[in-house]
Amino acid sequence: MLCQECQQRQATLHFTKIINGKKTEFHICDVCAKEKGEYIPGSNSFSIHQLLSGLLDVNFSAGAGEVKKPPQELKCKNCGMTYQQFAEIGRFGCADCYETFNPKLDPIFKRIHSGNAVHGGKIPKRIGKDLQVHRQIEQLKQKLQEAVTNEEFEHAAELRDNIRSLEKSLQDKKEG
Amino acid sequence: MSLQNFISEAISPWMKNEGPDADIVLSSRVRLARNLNNTPFPLAASKENLEAVIKLAEEKFANRTHRKFGNLELLKMEDMKQNEKRVLVEKHLISPNLSDESKAGAALLSEDESLSIMINEEDHIRIQVLLSGFQLDQSLKYANEIDDWMEEKADFAFDEKRGYLTSCPTNVGTGLRASVMMHLPALVITRQMNRILPAINQLGLVVRGIYGEGSEALGNLFQISNQITLGKSEDDIVEDLRSVVIQLIQQERAARESLLQESKLQIEDRVYRSYGILSYSRNMESKEATQRLSDVRLGIDLGLIDNVSGNILNELMILTQPGFLQQYAGEILSPEQRDQRRAALIRERLKLEKDK
Ligand SMILES: [Zn+2]
Ligand SMILES: [Zn+2]
Repeated sequence: MLCQECQQRQATLHFTKIINGKKTEFHICDVCAKEKGEYIPGSNSFSIHQLLSGLLDVNFSAGAGEVKKPPQELKCKNCGMTYQQFAEIGRFGCADCYETFNPKLDPIFKRIHSGNAVHGGKIPKRIGKDLQVHRQIEQLKQKLQEAVTNEEFEHAAELRDNIRSLEKSLQDKKEG
Repeated sequence: MSLQNFISEAISPWMKNEGPDADIVLSSRVRLARNLNNTPFPLAASKENLEAVIKLAEEKFANRTHRKFGNLELLKMEDMKQNEKRVLVEKHLISPNLSDESKAGAALLSEDESLSIMINEEDHIRIQVLLSGFQLDQSLKYANEIDDWMEEKADFAFDEKRGYLTSCPTNVGTGLRASVMMHLPALVITRQMNRILPAINQLGLVVRGIYGEGSEALGNLFQISNQITLGKSEDDIVEDLRSVVIQLIQQERAARESLLQESKLQIEDRVYRSYGILSYSRNMESKEATQRLSDVRLGIDLGLIDNVSGNILNELMILTQPGFLQQYAGEILSPEQRDQRRAALIRERLKLEKDK
């Protein structure tokens, strides 16, 4: 397959990007990829500059009729990175940047990760112990809701007791 | 040093074991990206910050006996010669970025070189497990064990909503990149790759050709990896990749079968021509070497060439790269000298097979 940019060299990179909600395939050669600074997952040598700049436009174009305010500059208190810098280099400066830029991150993550913005994987064992319990409680609460809807009251009572004891264990830990 | 000794010392021990489906899947890799909670990511960190991260690695993880991987050795980039680092890059143990760009980079390597932990690459910690053949599940299992082991002693940046926090938004969540290196000559020869590639992309996976010194896809080698790291579990990400790889293996096997049935003479001619050229040339660019080695490997897998061992492709693909050629020569070589050395090394290596 020939590179869709130069039509000369063999395409060596094949990936999809979601542009305006539509999946688009890319088949390009190494040289063109480097020249364009094209975003390539799993590679360090290229920036995702273009991808993020594209998103910036989306974010700043407010709905019709609305008065456009100049965007307020977000800046990470911990490492000093501004949102503008983040958009240019496509990298966060520290863990706190995620908190600072949080209001703008959902559309970016959704675009990169096929519509996902919330973690669904591993939780670290040691620092994540409480988080794991929180997640368990959330799941049980959902089940409880279902049980009540289905009028399975015995089951619901069981679930309620489970939730209570988990909540108590979190409470005890805080106090202990 | 004799070639035999050089090879046995140069090749990573993990490469010497043939994994499952090794005729098509050369290697499986899982990488987990992790960062420390209270230190800016390497890009924004000071040199002192980064040296503190190396110190932590040195004190808590180096020279500790891990029950699966044994002793981990810490290598600091600043203590290494340029060509030594290049050899590690060619073995896929460290990235070019760690070798050349990091302000203060290091790597923890296991003795069999199946585990490498890069320190202060784009993220503070990048755990990589590399196994031969098709062993994605096993790779993920080992990477998770190392992750748990490190998490006991280091505070990782983790957020309930976003998961493991990484420098690049393309890695956030699981921080997981799983990949396989596949040899798919029959699908390329029968011109089916053009049809298959878009289908693989549809499934959220990335395919890239592997290159030598030039810029083209070479040697019918393809690296396939996940694109999405956020929103799915590690097991699901690996399973999605695994199921595509299984289908590709089946399609490649079918294509090889039909090549043998429908154009045996042409294929036999092609693989023996390449075998002849590799056995006798005096000057060989890396691009040609990779393509010819792919042909010979296909010949071996089809049972047409039976006196050469199968892992010769993986082995020579690595040994004929510039860093290794220079290491074997004991000096820095010009591109022309490398082409001569490359031809000579391949000739000698094939001769070892004939003398067996
Ligand atoms: Zn091109
Ligand atoms: Zn920050």
